Amino acid sequence: MSAVLLVRALRDPASVAGLSGAAWNGLVAAARAERLIGTLAYRLEGIEVPDAVRPILADARLEAEREARQALWEADRARVALAHLDVPVVLLKGTAYVAAGLAAARGRFIGDLDILMPRDALDAVEAALLAAGWEWVKPDPYDDAYYRQWMHELPPLIHRERDRMIDVHHTILPLTARQTPDAGALIADSVELPDGLRVLSPEDRIVHAAAHMLADGDLAGGLRNLWDIHCLLGELPDAAALDRRAALHGLRAHVAQAVRLARHVYGDGAPLPVADRLIVARLLARNEWGQETRKAVRFGFYLRSHWLRMPPAMLMRHLFTKWRRGHRPV
Amino acid sequence: MRHTISLRIGPASFRVGSAWRAPIAQLAELYRGYPEPEDGIADFTVRLEPSRPWRRLVRPSVFITGDHGLADAAPMALRHGLLAAEMGMNLQMALGWRRHLLLHASCVEKDGRALVMTGESGSGKSTLAALLGERGWRFMGDEFTLLDLLTGEAFAFPRLVSLKNAAVGVMEAEVEAARFGPLLLDTAKGDIRHLMPRGEAVARMGEGAVPALLLFPRFGFAADVRDVGPGEVFMRLTQASTNYTALREAGFSTLSRFVADLPAQAIDFANGDEAIALVERLWGELG
Repeated sequence: MSAVLLVRALRDPASVAGLSGAAWNGLVAAARAERLIGTLAYRLEGIEVPDAVRPILADARLEAEREARQALWEADRARVALAHLDVPVVLLKGTAYVAAGLAAARGRFIGDLDILMPRDALDAVEAALLAAGWEWVKPDPYDDAYYRQWMHELPPLIHRERDRMIDVHHTILPLTARQTPDAGALIADSVELPDGLRVLSPEDRIVHAAAHMLADGDLAGGLRNLWDIHCLLGELPDAAALDRRAALHGLRAHVAQAVRLARHVYGDGAPLPVADRLIVARLLARNEWGQETRKAVRFGFYLRSHWLRMPPAMLMRHLFTKWRRGHRPV
Repeated sequence: MRHTISLRIGPASFRVGSAWRAPIAQLAELYRGYPEPEDGIADFTVRLEPSRPWRRLVRPSVFITGDHGLADAAPMALRHGLLAAEMGMNLQMALGWRRHLLLHASCVEKDGRALVMTGESGSGKSTLAALLGERGWRFMGDEFTLLDLLTGEAFAFPRLVSLKNAAVGVMEAEVEAARFGPLLLDTAKGDIRHLMPRGEAVARMGEGAVPALLLFPRFGFAADVRDVGPGEVFMRLTQASTNYTALREAGFSTLSRFVADLPAQAIDFANGDEAIALVERLWGELG
């Protein structure tokens, strides 16, 4: 169970002392598979590691630096493309953490650029991005229509020269989900950065991270999402404000669960209720070769993610359509 | 993983795991002269796993992945498992290596100086490097040439030489049978047979060499030599490098210096002996 080793190393970097060569192989493979190798590399800075490990960690730090720079550049390009619309552009997730200089950004893998904008601006945003060189990724009309009707974001776009994806969100959960976060409040209370781009308030960042991890997905990448939450909690000015904010967005239970999980996994290891333990089992399903394990648990969470996302009749219709098109889960 | 092997090749080390015995047994045989990774810790993990759980036994189908993988990579037949393992190692280097500038080029050395050869698949760069490696040069690699980011020195990555189609016969006439892997028929790139580099190439794989000449070989044309200008060389090499962009400024300065310092020529040839004669002549003219 190399994911256990990974969690232990992130929580307590000194714990890597005396790891065997085989254990290091497992730790590195799990960290790469969970896209936490950069984070691990920063956590282990200044810690004594074997000679063969040092360049692996140095490479990971360099790579993370490159990603951070690239993410900021991509955000800047979006800023320029959307400047004439005069609507707020709120950065989300990794790019936001880098732009705001948060602890969660240290070594973080950053994939797509995620931004949040008012829903009534979407048509203009879409046109402006297309004019600035972004193109549609999904050629399938079913997927395209599905996104537009039911999702919390436009179908993903990719820039034709830079090959980077942008996800334009108008809220933080699918419209089919049972909770309806207050997208207007997310934008209204966002914080402006020197270049005019914005990031969510400290409380809303955590609400979003918790919603993304626990109310929306199948927990793939969950260890990294939970690390974000752990870091964001460490920089939260006011815990009571978080609870009020979570209540406003209808996500109190999810935020409370995220806080419990972050404490248990990366913090003091406080005991967990049974339902949470199943999530931890899912988060740690990674072996010493970086392979996914516990297929049944994974499949369960895959089904759960869809169950959370939409009402039963709609879910059946959706899964049937996807299956007919050759999509297979897990 | 059920079957595993760990190898050090030049400055990089690999841990290869497989759901099947055969590819690992073949690697163990063909890489028998290679060292283990330092402290048993590998830079990269390569996995050969069934494309679907039941495809381990029923019509076995090998999906290549590891630390770095391509989601849409096509699975391969188990009888091509050795090739899959080789491709898996290449994939990790191409996508993950950051300690040198990687050029998709073959390389041989003489008197501490390196001859680098680059070109499309089928240009003859592999075969030429393999031939030179049998005729008085040290074989440094047929897939990647590694340029040091500070000194610009070329470093070796002496993997098995992957001989394709007609090149198989050419090298079979040159080298003893014990140094060949199995003949893999009908792969995506035709028939392939792997050749073990000579012992010297493995024993000296840690030694760098100063780049002295860059050639763009082209097999299948009447013998000819043309100069190639630095602008064209630079553009062709940015495309022949998988990590040029990722290395940012270090990549740019390493490549700039490489291009500025090195004479470059395009050579055409119709057969191996002609190519060797051309190369030896150009090498002799370097002074």
